[in-house]
Amino acid sequence: MNSIEVNNLTKKFGSFTAVDNVSFNVKKGEIFGFLGANGAGKSTTIRMLCAILEPTSGDAIVGRYSINKQPDQVKKNIGYMSQRFSLYNDLTVEENINFFGGVYGLEESEFEERKKWVLKIANLEGKEKTLTSSLPGGIKQRLALGTAVIHKPEIVFLDEPTSGVDPISRRRFWDLIHELSSEGITVLVTTHYLEEAEYCNNIILINRGKIIAQGTSDELKKNYIKNTILQIECDKVIEALEILEKQNFVNEVSIFGNSIHIVVNDNYKNEEQIRNLLEKNHSINVFRIDSIVPTLEDVFIHVLEEDKENGSSKN
Amino acid sequence: MDLQRTKAIAKKEFKHLLRDYRMLAILILFPVFLLIIFGYAINFDVKNIKIAVYDRDHSSLSRKFINSLSGTENFDLEGYIFNDSDIKHVLDEKKAQCVIVIPDDFSENVYNNVPAKIQFLIDGVDGNTATIVQNYVNLAALNFNREITAEIFSAYGIKSSIPLELEPIFWFNPELSSTKFLLPGLIGMILVIVCVVSVSISLVREKERGTIEQINVSPIKSTELLLGKITPYVALALLNATMIIIAGYILFGIEVKGSFLLLFFSSLIFLFSAASIGIFISVISESMQVAFSLATALSLLPSVILSGFIFPIESMPWIIQVFTNITPVKFFIVILRAIILRGVGLEAFWEQVIYMLLFAIIILTLANLINIKKEKSA
Ligand SMILES: Nc1ncnc2c1ncn2[C@@H]1O[C@H](COP(=O)(O)OP(=O)(O)OP(=O)(O)O)[C@@H](O)[C@H]1O
Ligand SMILES: [Mg+2]
Repeated sequence: MNSIEVNNLTKKFGSFTAVDNVSFNVKKGEIFGFLGANGAGKSTTIRMLCAILEPTSGDAIVGRYSINKQPDQVKKNIGYMSQRFSLYNDLTVEENINFFGGVYGLEESEFEERKKWVLKIANLEGKEKTLTSSLPGGIKQRLALGTAVIHKPEIVFLDEPTSGVDPISRRRFWDLIHELSSEGITVLVTTHYLEEAEYCNNIILINRGKIIAQGTSDELKKNYIKNTILQIECDKVIEALEILEKQNFVNEVSIFGNSIHIVVNDNYKNEEQIRNLLEKNHSINVFRIDSIVPTLEDVFIHVLEEDKENGSSKN
Repeated sequence: MDLQRTKAIAKKEFKHLLRDYRMLAILILFPVFLLIIFGYAINFDVKNIKIAVYDRDHSSLSRKFINSLSGTENFDLEGYIFNDSDIKHVLDEKKAQCVIVIPDDFSENVYNNVPAKIQFLIDGVDGNTATIVQNYVNLAALNFNREITAEIFSAYGIKSSIPLELEPIFWFNPELSSTKFLLPGLIGMILVIVCVVSVSISLVREKERGTIEQINVSPIKSTELLLGKITPYVALALLNATMIIIAGYILFGIEVKGSFLLLFFSSLIFLFSAASIGIFISVISESMQVAFSLATALSLLPSVILSGFIFPIESMPWIIQVFTNITPVKFFIVILRAIILRGVGLEAFWEQVIYMLLFAIIILTLANLINIKKEKSA
């Protein structure tokens, strides 16, 4: 069952198209990852799905309601944590919770229960009177999530919830997302961290307002990278990169730490080809060459490269 | 309309207000500060008022009266005048601020127990000083009255009632505003500034910090949001009004002659129209800085210059008179003067109440149109 159905959604700001004819479906209870570089159009898409920004064209069904025709119904059934910080720093933990409880019109008894729950997930029991500004970033983020779902929505939109938070807090935050999803709540989340994308059931990569790849993590790795990827460990990495770039058996090169990943094509025969090139011709020492399983990062670099070529050939 | 949601907003806004000590201090001290400044200006102590005398009586009594004035440090006798045409010269050339004309039947009337008239011609260009001059002259005449009443009584054995009657004429500014007439304008000005500035800042702050997104995505309606938002600031402005009225009573002895209930409700409607300006400003400004500048400019200037607070509207050119409608203070001053000074009821100012409501409706409609247009293009 689909929780969200997006059909040809487009948003133009003047002559600039921020979201370009985007369509996808999100299943109920799924964690759906929304990836893309800065300015790709992630936030704009989410804001349209939350019915706070009118699409230029297209529509979406969010939890049975159309964002164009029933924006008020949509709002009642979703939770949203905006990319910018969403709590009031000069209010206490409790005052923030009270405020969102009031704005969503919770009944007294239900509210008390939800308040306890928010305090629990944010690890703030007994700290109700603390000013929000004095909380550490990770805790704030959890409190913000708690207040965003205080009314038990079926669907939650999280726009870069973990940006600027330390890795351990990020991990904890994702545990929380999994908890929500296990309760049947649909979670659509944007992120810049590719390792976080691995936690998602489904992923969409968006670039310049268009979807350029989609599927599960495994599907992406299988479908988008048909060629072999080699990891080369050598010295003079930069020099080696420049040399490899020019070879006709190499499609793409990129640096990963102190090693190089290359995507090779049919012109590639064996390891000796590379060793000869680097060691004999350029006296660069090659320590290891391995054929590797692609990471999501490999996939994204690959599809972004392709998109760039398509874009530049069109323009 | 869901009151629970409105209450949630109002409660939160009260917390912001109470926790922002600096803002709160400004909002409470600013009216007091203005009151002291204006109070000082109104009570400005004038010494050495320059007077010229046109004594047509030439009696010992008239000389006595002149001496009683020039004997105090309030008045400086600049000289004598001997014909009517000099009166104008002396005032025009600022040789004297006040010309005293003693008629030729002055002493005769006093001794015959007929009210005697003395004319005071006061330079009314500076209305404030003119008022003060008038007050001093009144005081001097009163003292003189008491003195000669006793004197005549003992000398002639007749009881003289009011031998002297003053007839001040304001030469240049016939509708001279007295101390009292400034207080309503002061209240209007302070309330409009407090309300417009705080409402616009509080709305733009949510925009600037990004918290407005979180409110927009909730089921709250914009009327609920705005009503909740303005409640604390309207309450604060009412508190300011109360403070000014109390201070007006203590400092200037100005009593509210009319109904407090009417005063309260008309202030509420006025604050609603002032809040609409604040809402309008929040729609057109993206940063708190811009909002603050716009709010002070749009509330302070018109309420001082165009509201009739200091400069009477009737004496403005018609085109400026049209512009006076950009400030609801114009209507509120009429209401305040009616309630506080004249003690009259709604029949005297129902039109102004309607104008204030119309004002709010027009401004809010305009704000809404601009907002819709902005959302379309954003
Ligand atoms: N209100 C607006 N008016 C004009 N352009 C806008 C507006 N909002 C967004 N844009 C533009 O639309 C594009 C997409 O912005 P969006 O915020 O959706 O990107 P994003 O993928 O969320 O990026 P980030 O990772 O930086 O948050 C950007 O180029 C942005 O400058
Ligand atoms: Mg974004």
